[in-house]
Amino acid sequence: MTIDPASLLPLLVLIPLLGALALAILPNRSPVAARGLAMLWSLLTLTASLVLAYQACQPLAHDAPTTYLDTGQLFFQSALPWIDAFGLQFAFGIDAISLWLILLSTALTPLVILGSVSAVNDRVKEFHVWLLLLEAAMIGTFVASDLIFFYICFEFTLIPLYFLIGIFGSTQRLKAAKVFFLYTFTGSMLTFAGVLYVAWFNAAHTGVWSFSIAQLVQAAQAMSAQQQTFVLLALLAGFAVKVPLFPVHTWLPLAHTEAPTAGSVILAGVLLKLGTYGLLRFALPMTPIATVAFAPYIGAFAVAGILYTALICWVQKDVKKLIAYSSVSHLGFCVLGMFALNDIGASGAVMYMINHGLSTGALFLCIGMIYERFHTREMARMGGLARVIPIWAFFMVFFCLASVGLPGLNGFVGEFLTLLGAFNSHDVLGIGYAAVAGLGMILAAIYILYMVGKIVFGPVLIPQHDTHDDPHPTPAASSHPHVPDLNAREIITLTPLAVGCLLLGLFPTPLLQTLEAPIATLLRPTGLVLADRADELTNADTTTLIVIDPTDRWDNRHPQQLVPPSSHEPPKPQPLFH
Amino acid sequence: MHQMTEKLLTLWPELVMLIGACACLLVGLSPSASTRKGPAWVAALTLITAAHLVIFSNAFNPDPLHGHGALAVQLDTVSFIKLAIIAVGLLLLMVASQVPDRLRQTIDAEQRAQRGAPFETGDALNGEFFAFFLFSLTGAMLCAGARDLVWLFLALELTSLPTYVMVAIARDRADAQEAAVKYFFLGAMAAAVFLYGFTLIYGATGYTQYDQIITYIHTLTAQGTPVSPLFIAGIVLAIVGVSFKIAAVPMHFYAADVYQGAATPVTAFLAFVPKTAGFIALLGLLSLAAPLGYTQLQPITWLLWTMAVLTMTVGNILGLLQNNVKRVLAYSSIAHSGYMLVGLIAAHAAATHPDAAPAQNALGNGTAALLFYLVAYGLATLGAFAVLGCVTHKGDEAQTFDDIAGLGRRHPMLGAVMLLSVLSLVGLPPMVGFLGKIYLFGSAFQHGFVWLVVIAVLNSAVSAVYYLRIIGACYFSQPNDDTQAIPVPARRIGAAVAALAALALGIAGNQLVDAVNDATITTTDDTQTVPAPTRHVSTNW
Repeated sequence: MTIDPASLLPLLVLIPLLGALALAILPNRSPVAARGLAMLWSLLTLTASLVLAYQACQPLAHDAPTTYLDTGQLFFQSALPWIDAFGLQFAFGIDAISLWLILLSTALTPLVILGSVSAVNDRVKEFHVWLLLLEAAMIGTFVASDLIFFYICFEFTLIPLYFLIGIFGSTQRLKAAKVFFLYTFTGSMLTFAGVLYVAWFNAAHTGVWSFSIAQLVQAAQAMSAQQQTFVLLALLAGFAVKVPLFPVHTWLPLAHTEAPTAGSVILAGVLLKLGTYGLLRFALPMTPIATVAFAPYIGAFAVAGILYTALICWVQKDVKKLIAYSSVSHLGFCVLGMFALNDIGASGAVMYMINHGLSTGALFLCIGMIYERFHTREMARMGGLARVIPIWAFFMVFFCLASVGLPGLNGFVGEFLTLLGAFNSHDVLGIGYAAVAGLGMILAAIYILYMVGKIVFGPVLIPQHDTHDDPHPTPAASSHPHVPDLNAREIITLTPLAVGCLLLGLFPTPLLQTLEAPIATLLRPTGLVLADRADELTNADTTTLIVIDPTDRWDNRHPQQLVPPSSHEPPKPQPLFH
Repeated sequence: MHQMTEKLLTLWPELVMLIGACACLLVGLSPSASTRKGPAWVAALTLITAAHLVIFSNAFNPDPLHGHGALAVQLDTVSFIKLAIIAVGLLLLMVASQVPDRLRQTIDAEQRAQRGAPFETGDALNGEFFAFFLFSLTGAMLCAGARDLVWLFLALELTSLPTYVMVAIARDRADAQEAAVKYFFLGAMAAAVFLYGFTLIYGATGYTQYDQIITYIHTLTAQGTPVSPLFIAGIVLAIVGVSFKIAAVPMHFYAADVYQGAATPVTAFLAFVPKTAGFIALLGLLSLAAPLGYTQLQPITWLLWTMAVLTMTVGNILGLLQNNVKRVLAYSSIAHSGYMLVGLIAAHAAATHPDAAPAQNALGNGTAALLFYLVAYGLATLGAFAVLGCVTHKGDEAQTFDDIAGLGRRHPMLGAVMLLSVLSLVGLPPMVGFLGKIYLFGSAFQHGFVWLVVIAVLNSAVSAVYYLRIIGACYFSQPNDDTQAIPVPARRIGAAVAALAALALGIAGNQLVDAVNDATITTTDDTQTVPAPTRHVSTNW
């Protein structure tokens, strides 16, 4: 049986969508049936994504040395008609970056379903419907090669997560759900305006409205510096909030703390990456002049965020909040690497996205397991858990080390590469950025190890339930009540993540190799601007001060014909099903 | 004589509607109790017949681009609007079903009749209600075809007058009477304002027919004679007066009170039909001034720009402060008028800027965007109001956030309809409201109104706050035990169809987009088919 790989992409979105639908109309109210069915659909999606990955590793032609992954272009392209008159299509296409993120999404979803078996007991069916819808939307953002299709999925992720937080969250869930939704929605509405602006610019020059990412990226580069600045700011409004970049990160700790474990894992694991993915895929190639001009500032915000939130982590009393803030700090590295605008930094950023998804997702799962046992997440109320629940403690310490960036585990590779990228990017960021950000690594080690020391090691302290029938709770340390260690289900949930962390830590090269080609493509526009600037510098032989003249249009210097899409020969959409 | 029959041919749908309305009046007075329930069915039959007649008469359109070959129908603008009014009207009819039946007055009268007492015709409201329902729809349809100021005035009044009565009779609360009186007096004042505007236009040009006015203005501009300032004053007054129908600032004050006081199904009606009539009237009125050219019409563009910004901002900010869902939706309907004014501005700019880059695709066509958004908005707002109309709280209509608390858990289907409708109103994908926003904002960009779009998207973000309150009440709150669903199947079906249509058109709206684009393509600009020259892209406000 041969499967046309191009038809796999729509299938990847459709499978969880159909699963959600099937689950929604399932008359059976038993939680077991809902969980089983959701698990089945998510495993089906995982299988499809693995088949996709296998296909992507195949050589382009028989006996050809290059595989799809090496082309650096979007492959497996196909399109379903949507609104012809707007130039809108459900257009699909992936490259290595999206492939890795798809794998991350499809792998995390079944684990999350497995991890939530005991945590969610009420409205189980609803929970899994929203989760599957969320998965469909996440995959949709990564497979889209039409900007509005991407935007639709990007926006749609808000709805399931809003419900997941609002229904299944903890005490302040209503506020958290609202803040999360409004904050990110406001940002992404501005992104929407920016996207339409670019599309209009393209339409004004070619006469045809199109939302194809390839076409718009090409068109947008012809914009003047001022126009690019507007567009970059609009894109940043949506994506920086999503990342979240300091100082627009304030929604995240609340959302993370109040969300159910599943919500936190998906949020940290995949949804935050939509922001960095958006910046990498759209902001960098579309607005190269503005990006080069603004990269130092964005880098500064990233560094400020790394340090600021690391310091906040240090004083947290709630473990989950600590991990939430550490996400902000970690994604600061990711943004820093990306805006180093060199291949090392950008590869590191993508690597970081995947690593952070694995290790932080796993940390949230670990904390969820603790919360199920103790109904508290306060660090002051627990301690020495290594002696009480050793298996949990093993995983906790393992993922903490991965998150801190212990060499040999995955976190190290990403962190190292992003810093190296920042260090090497002489004409954009430079040593100063890397050095200060490096301080963030030390702080990360401090706060994480401080937390580990507090709750995993040290004197045993088991939080007591505030039960009504027990007015005189016995001191915890004296009598060790029996606390069950991880059961088989929980171990199965965490093991794949641990294996992933270890593998990516020991053998990052295969992943990094696949990233080379697409990152080179994405960085080409900014690279041209940088090269241009270097030329000007050597020719003019003046000071290092560079002022970008807003009237100095990119297309004046690089006369670059905008080709209307008819003649520009887009990759032929392949028929979906043979 | 031939001309007369040709004209009548285009009016067949309206004639049938009028006949149907009269039939409703008669059937509602029948001595037999079962026949007295008939007007709703008569109204439904009338609407369906009228829809067929619209398509049929469209086929005889002399315009070469439209008509011809009744199967591959390509609607012209007027037919498209009429069909849209009829289609949404059918859903509104389902939502309005049993409204008169559930009134205390009717129930008492029917009980007396069952006991053998002679039926008092004065107690029957069934006939009146559905007759006025059809009259109002007829008025809106006539607005679509109006090419004469007097005709337009009559059509607008035919749209509005029945609604005053519908507000008053459809709910047995003092609030409804209050709402009707407010609506009537303010409506009459607005009518006076735009009628004054019409007379000024007539005074300045000497004509009431659109074509003659346009020719006259053309001649003046060709000669270089300045047009009388009375003409501009007349256009401004007409715009301001008609903005009452669309509930735009500064004529929006009535909306919240009237929407709250009227019976919920009637509110749904008010939120769509007069608004549609108003926007179509505005499109026509602006076309009168178009020959003056862009520069001379700057004040009018500014007026519309200010109205749009104020309308969406005022609507959304006041929407934040409400505790009554009907009032929230009223302010949301004001805000949506603001978004649609964006489309109107784009349409206006296209008409006055003959050398502006014409839209190659559908995107960028302001008129089409406005019409598309009207349908999108109509479906979503209808669904939301219909859900409210399906539940009662302690015998009265459900109105506050507390009343609909936990609706999604108690009544999953009603909750889902509310969710879909509200998401479409927010403009979230994949609902049709999102496509509508692409259409509107795309057309605004086409004419360089960048800041207008920025203000509009920020407004959408603000509006999400109160829309989320509705969703939050339905899904996150503890169910309210005093709230009950009422057994009106047609209303539920109408609500469900509207919500599903809003979803389906969002995912597969190709047909509607094509239809609306084809319908507007010749009437806005004849240069549409000329390839766009690469032009300097100027940024407007």
